[in-house]
Amino acid sequence: MNKKFILVVEDNPDDEALTVRALKKSNIVNEVVVARDGMEALDYLFGEGAYGGRDITEMPQVILLDLKLPKLDGLGLLRRLRADARTKLLPVVILTSSNEEQDRISSYDLGANSYVRKPVDFKQFSEAARQLGLYWLVLNESPPKRM
Amino acid sequence: MNMLVSGAALVTACVAFIVYDVVTFREAIAYNLSIQAQIAGASSVSALLFNDPHSATATLSALKAAPDVVTAGIYAHDGQPFAEYWRDHAGEPPRLPPIPDGQTEAHWFKDGKVVMVRSIVFQGKPTGTVYIQSDLQRLNARLKQYVIISAAVLGGSLLAALFLSSIFRRSTAEPIVHLAEIARIVSRDKNYSVRATTTDNRDEVSLLIKAFNGMLSQIQERDGALQKAHDELEQRVHERTAELTAANKELESFSYSVSHDLRAPLRSIDGFSQALLEDCADRLDDQGKDHLNRVRIATQRMGILIDDLLNLSRIARSEMHTQRFDISALACSIAADLQKSQPERQVEFRIEHHLEAVADPGLLQNVLENLLGNAWKFTSKRASACIEFGQMHLNGTSAYFVRDDGAGFDQAYSERLFGVFQRLHTETEFPGTGVGLATVQRIVHRHGGRIWVESAVDHGATFYFTLAETPS
Repeated sequence: MNKKFILVVEDNPDDEALTVRALKKSNIVNEVVVARDGMEALDYLFGEGAYGGRDITEMPQVILLDLKLPKLDGLGLLRRLRADARTKLLPVVILTSSNEEQDRISSYDLGANSYVRKPVDFKQFSEAARQLGLYWLVLNESPPKRM
Repeated sequence: MNMLVSGAALVTACVAFIVYDVVTFREAIAYNLSIQAQIAGASSVSALLFNDPHSATATLSALKAAPDVVTAGIYAHDGQPFAEYWRDHAGEPPRLPPIPDGQTEAHWFKDGKVVMVRSIVFQGKPTGTVYIQSDLQRLNARLKQYVIISAAVLGGSLLAALFLSSIFRRSTAEPIVHLAEIARIVSRDKNYSVRATTTDNRDEVSLLIKAFNGMLSQIQERDGALQKAHDELEQRVHERTAELTAANKELESFSYSVSHDLRAPLRSIDGFSQALLEDCADRLDDQGKDHLNRVRIATQRMGILIDDLLNLSRIARSEMHTQRFDISALACSIAADLQKSQPERQVEFRIEHHLEAVADPGLLQNVLENLLGNAWKFTSKRASACIEFGQMHLNGTSAYFVRDDGAGFDQAYSERLFGVFQRLHTETEFPGTGVGLATVQRIVHRHGGRIWVESAVDHGATFYFTLAETPS
């Protein structure tokens, strides 16, 4: 049985708390998994390291990915995901403070599915989180499983 | 060629000299013969008077002294030969020719001979005629001599000329040709290290070569100095460019961290303030809620300020892609957006159609969004308003303008208006960050243009701007 969940890759605990709060506020009851950096996200997705033995047939519906991360940053992680057959088609939404043109270009270039800028206004942020959750968990049809 | 010319000149001179000499010599011969004829005539007067031909013949034989005289004769008054003389006694005596009529005082040259006829006059009466025929042996001999001398002179001078010219060629012409060749190499290859070969002579040519070599040395020295200065300059430009690139990179990473890191705490402040308002509403009184709302408003305002500042710095750095486009259409689309944002407002847009601009369309959009947005904002307290966009010609330049009939401001503050964070109205009167016009000015300056404003309190404002390239 597949459960639908979201993977949030975010190093800032405040942003993490606010994102989770916003998703919860939007009645998105699905599980939210948090990874603090790119390496942790990789370990989680491929069931390695601290996540050894995880059932990796269960993949998140969507990854909300911050760009600025310790160790392996957002773009680096995205590159690794797109290079691996298991995560090649996994929906990735960039959720970042940056609206630098270069970041947007690089993100789409590496195969991001969407790019959302975190608004300062929490109401706007909540609204963005609500729409993201609704879209990726309810409306969007995931790519067929490969394994 | 030179030899040919001088040879021809020499020949001409010789011929002219010989001709002149022949003519004078012939005159001299005629003159001598005339004297001889007169002497012979005077000596024969008595012989004629006394009809004594022997005596006349003896007189004539004195002509032996003149070897040129071939024949001579004396004719009596009636024209009959009276006495005669001939040079070659061995041969037959030649017959004296008859004197042509009226030719009693004449001479003529004929068949290489000269004939002299003189009448003999005694006491005013013609008594007879003397006839002397002389050959031109002396003249011919002299002519031959002259020709030989001329040929010798001509040959000699040509040889001398040849000799002199070869010396001249070796000492002057060849070094000059060599010099010209070196000059050609220098100017063709820009090679200032070559030198002309100096001669051992102490003449003008050697001076010229030395001066030329000296000049080359100076040029080489200066060329070297120039190259060195150029290299240094290049090096400095390189360094400066590297410094600038580094500074630019630093600025970029700075604005990136401003964008990312400065906003993150703001989001936390705003988010948790909101969380407090939502989760602990029952434990907060109205004042507490008001405080939290003020925190949130200030946070959001700071977010907008950061965004505007980032926009300003991005505009200063961004690459410009200049092209010709319809700026009226751009103004119309911005006006439509403004109208859509507040459909209840009564604002008339008067936009001059088909105006073109040569500029970066993205940056110009930013300019018009700011200026038209300001006009929209500062007319917001009027029941109805009018906003104009057009082009006018001022002092030979054409300027675009955005005019409104809104709040306006005191013209005395117009210069301050374009500074960052400079505002002439309070946030409660009209919202804004004070970065918009600074951004507009930076864009106009980047296009080589100028921006200025005319305004009066309650009489609206007109912003004018020019672009370096104005389509005609």
